[in-house]
Amino acid sequence: MAAQYLTVFLSLILLLLPSAFGISNRNSEGYSINGKVRFPGFSSTGFGLPAKVSNIKIILNGGEKVTFVRPDGYFSLYPDDFNLPAQGLISEVFGMHKCSILFSPFSLRNFIHNVPAGTHLIEVAAIGYFFSPVRVDVSARHPGKVQAALTENRRSLSELVLEPMVEEQYFEIREPFNVLSLLKSPMGLMIGFMVIVMFLMPKLVDPEELKRAQEEMGAQGGVPSLANFLSGAQRTN
Amino acid sequence: MNMAIRVYLLLFIVLSYSYTAFSLYEDQVGLMDWHQQYIGKVKHAVFHTHKAARKRVVVSTEENVISSLDLRHGDIFWRHVLAPTDVIDQIDIALGKYVITLSSGGSILRAWNLPDGQMVWESTLLGPNASKPLLLVPANFKVDRENVMFIYGNGFIHAISSIDGEFIWKKELASEGINIQQLIYTDGSDTISAVGFVGTHRFGAYILDVKSGELLKYKSMEFTDGFSGDLSLVTDDTAVAIDSIGTSLVTIQFHDGLISFHQTLLSHLIQDFRRAAVISPSNIPGAFILETDNSVTLIKVISRGELKVVEELGHATAVSDALFLPGGQQAFALVQHRDGKILLTVKLDSDDGTSNLLEETIHLDNQRGKVQKVFINTYVRVDRSNGFRVLIVMEDDSLFLLQQGEIVWSREDGLASIVDVKPVVLPVEKDGVSVAKVENNLFEWLKGHLLKLKGTLMIATTPDDVAAIQKMRLLSSGKSKMTRDRNGFRKLLIVLTRAGKLFALHTGDGRIVWSRLLRTLRKSETCQSPRGISLHQWQDPHHHALDQNPSVLIVGRCGDSLDSAGLLSIVDAYTGEERNHMEPVHSIVHIIPLSFTDSLEQRLHLLLDANRRAHLYPRTAEALDIFQRESGNIYWYSAETEEGTLRGHSVHKNCVLEEADNFCFDSRDLWSIVFPSESEKIAATATRSLNEVVHTQAKVTEDQEVMYKYVSKNLLFLATVAPKDVGPIGSVTPDESYLIAYLIDTVTGRILHRVTHHGSVGPVHAVIKLHSFVFSENWVVYHYFNLRAHRYEMSVIEIYDQARAENKDVLKLVLGTHNLTSPITAFSRPEVSTKSQSYFFAHSLKTMAVTLTAKGITSKQVLLGTIGDQVLALDKRFLDPRRTVNPTQAEKEEGIIPLTDSLSIIPQSYVTHTLKVEGLRGIVTVPAKLESTTLVFVYGTDLFFTRLAPSRTYDSLTEDFSYALLLITIGALVIAIFITWVWSEKKELQEKWR
Repeated sequence: MAAQYLTVFLSLILLLLPSAFGISNRNSEGYSINGKVRFPGFSSTGFGLPAKVSNIKIILNGGEKVTFVRPDGYFSLYPDDFNLPAQGLISEVFGMHKCSILFSPFSLRNFIHNVPAGTHLIEVAAIGYFFSPVRVDVSARHPGKVQAALTENRRSLSELVLEPMVEEQYFEIREPFNVLSLLKSPMGLMIGFMVIVMFLMPKLVDPEELKRAQEEMGAQGGVPSLANFLSGAQRTN
Repeated sequence: MNMAIRVYLLLFIVLSYSYTAFSLYEDQVGLMDWHQQYIGKVKHAVFHTHKAARKRVVVSTEENVISSLDLRHGDIFWRHVLAPTDVIDQIDIALGKYVITLSSGGSILRAWNLPDGQMVWESTLLGPNASKPLLLVPANFKVDRENVMFIYGNGFIHAISSIDGEFIWKKELASEGINIQQLIYTDGSDTISAVGFVGTHRFGAYILDVKSGELLKYKSMEFTDGFSGDLSLVTDDTAVAIDSIGTSLVTIQFHDGLISFHQTLLSHLIQDFRRAAVISPSNIPGAFILETDNSVTLIKVISRGELKVVEELGHATAVSDALFLPGGQQAFALVQHRDGKILLTVKLDSDDGTSNLLEETIHLDNQRGKVQKVFINTYVRVDRSNGFRVLIVMEDDSLFLLQQGEIVWSREDGLASIVDVKPVVLPVEKDGVSVAKVENNLFEWLKGHLLKLKGTLMIATTPDDVAAIQKMRLLSSGKSKMTRDRNGFRKLLIVLTRAGKLFALHTGDGRIVWSRLLRTLRKSETCQSPRGISLHQWQDPHHHALDQNPSVLIVGRCGDSLDSAGLLSIVDAYTGEERNHMEPVHSIVHIIPLSFTDSLEQRLHLLLDANRRAHLYPRTAEALDIFQRESGNIYWYSAETEEGTLRGHSVHKNCVLEEADNFCFDSRDLWSIVFPSESEKIAATATRSLNEVVHTQAKVTEDQEVMYKYVSKNLLFLATVAPKDVGPIGSVTPDESYLIAYLIDTVTGRILHRVTHHGSVGPVHAVIKLHSFVFSENWVVYHYFNLRAHRYEMSVIEIYDQARAENKDVLKLVLGTHNLTSPITAFSRPEVSTKSQSYFFAHSLKTMAVTLTAKGITSKQVLLGTIGDQVLALDKRFLDPRRTVNPTQAEKEEGIIPLTDSLSIIPQSYVTHTLKVEGLRGIVTVPAKLESTTLVFVYGTDLFFTRLAPSRTYDSLTEDFSYALLLITIGALVIAIFITWVWSEKKELQEKWR
């Protein structure tokens, strides 16, 4: 319950902060995108990562920057520092780190901090999971206006918490052994058909009718039976 | 009849509607694919051999890999590949449990957990000016009970906590314009010094309080002769440098803020000193190593900056850093080459000179080149004496661990930097060698088949059984044999690495058949920085000259610029022997393999130089004769990205040179297209692969109409983007960005098709995506970022020939009035029509390729190398411009998939399944002999090979086909026949008795 309140509170802060912060610090830019990768269902708190995905990469703008996630799932990206202001910025980034210690580990990390205007794309590469790329729009006209949304379903994000959309299964699942599948195979069908011919066909024909037919055939010069055929073949050998 | 066709088609659709054309069961991994992991050429190595933990060595490489290797076997414990721009500068181990990497020119500091490689923390050290990145991890220095390390980067010195990467203090040092070269911290002292040069004539030293970062002292002193090169630290208060004219050594002493210089002429130290002395970066306290072009000398600094030559170390030597031994002494390793062997010497360095602790000769095969780097580590032997192990990096980028005069393990890490790949067929099987191996005995045979049956029936549950089945399958497939197979799966892959080494890899299991360090691509007097560019099929005998082995042409360049001299070498593909080499020749800008071969089946190649001349190879009279006959039909194009022009060329006449050269031709400009530089910039060009086979030109549509594909070898795909798009992200708004795709005929320069995508950032955005397009048959697929939709898009253009459209009339065909056999000239104006469509696609791409099959009948798949280093196979049917939202019944029968706005990703169609091809750079597809199958080789830092069947293996039984079940069925049938025979006989007898 407390966690729920906290998230609501946080999202409120996050909604307010980008604008507030962006305008107030227009000259002292510390470009950074901070976020978190979370695997739902892995642990109730959302902390920690599954063992098999320890090699997760966070990729900005199709390979411009690549970073890795920490054990708690957090990551930070620093887009290219073109037109970097000479001073100020360092103290800002420096101060930010200190701030995050002073307040709470959540308060300032989970948002996009004065990234240059434009569209940025964040992708998560993790084997076994499909993450939707996240696009981050930093408005040039309205300084400090930041938006983040999943590109796949256009859901906008209020905080940069990335969760896998689907768990990917790379292999076909072999169906467990059952008689039906064996019967369905070409060989199974062959055997099945043979069985039908052998056991069911004679039963389908009325014995009386068969006898009559055989007699008719016999009158015409004997039944070309399988036995004759086989023994005949043997004799010719 | 019509009905029957319908039924058949419906059945076909039902069968083909299962979209997963490629899919694998988990137990089939490794049957037809292999994956190899590499790290690249090692730059730094740090040993971690303390305590009882597993012994390991942490390395960083030129491929930007940070990895932990098992010191016993050389296996990779863990590995991370950083971004190509995030170059690793320094590595170290802190607290005995974290690997620290400093990268991006001292901007990013990361700590990785030593046992499992998980990143623990990351800090960014920003600053205004770039500087030499330095990392100093004191063994045990604490501030407020926190272990601290010092980093100098971007003009700032930082003290950072080792445990969580938090800043403790920082101080700007670059304000005086000083170029800091070294950080010095003596254990237990209260100060840290940073020393460097101010300009070229001044030496400066900062002394800071180690706990608060407060500047205690700054001293600088001018040296009139100036310095050149780097400052090399000898002891905590002594450094050496070379003066600006390179004739003397300067010893700099700085103690308690007092700086003094002492100059020693190099000619006094070294007898026949001529020029070019360099101080080696090896770190040996109290001494340093001076390399000149003909000697390597160990020089000691004695009191008051006096220098003394300790030892001449001979020629061509690599020296390691010094290693402290438990007794307070220090040792370093030295590697020399002596008549084909390498001589390893471990020297003990004490106050009274040096002594050899160990001297070993190790035999290495002669295709390794010279030793490039040496790293030394010590261990305690059973008898309590010091043993040494040495890690050496060779010229071909391979890595060796030597211990007790033997090679403990080796790694072929040159394969992490493949430049180009060419497939070569294997030799035909000779008579008398039987293919099938007879099973040893009946019992083995039965056991094998029982296991196989178990596997088929899914009752093989124990891991032993599964392993045995896998092994048996591998053996029975005989896939690693050195002869050609009927299906054409077995081939040799000739790969060229950045180090200039050629490898032949077997497609069956990925093993190295032969390897050769090319003489042509090694550093020499005439060629200082040679590098390989590409491989070409030189000779591939299959009709004539069958006694000849196939060979490949290796093209290289003496430097990075396009006008540097070219290098050519021809290598036998079966043995790796260099048949011929030409060096340095004219510059090589572009290589055109022609479609003609001479009587020895050597392919004619036209090499274009920077002066727009064309040179013909092979240089024989016969080749010249063929070329002159065909020269009227040879056209090529050149795209100049800088000027924004596209030009078409043809052969003109022999060059006018001082020396007459019959094989050199001047080119003539035929046409040119100039793209206005203010609105368009060339982003990419692509042509069809020359060896692609197109089965049929005709395509039957759903309404029984015939469409003719416009299949031309002279078609060029060219993409241009708005010039602003080339800048960083954010510099352009969707309204000002666009991508224009052209289809151009390279003979006439005619633009056949032009399409503009508004609001799109082209494939040019970032260098990485330059290969994200593919051209095959009559279609082209390209990948770009759509700024307006904020998503990646893939577009397809298909081009059809309208001139032949009226040929669908059967009557005309019968009467012979069709124009199918009329000659086609590229000069005629083609009537073409195009269809195109675009789709959204989720991932960024690194590269793209298309599957190739022997006859071109099988449908195609587009192979996408994603940013996550996986390879996805996307069926061409998804990229069909005729897709509509609601396809009609007829269209459905033809296999047209309903249109969706984005291309869905089916996880089962990842060719690389659960594997990653780290640092993916290229995908090569090779047709197998079996029509349904194509071989795929993916390279990057890792290598991956597999076979694909884009429309399933319709022409052969699959690997897991159960022969046992077939045998059982046949047996059952035979038994049944006999039973019925017996019955029938009995019945007949009864009939006769009645």
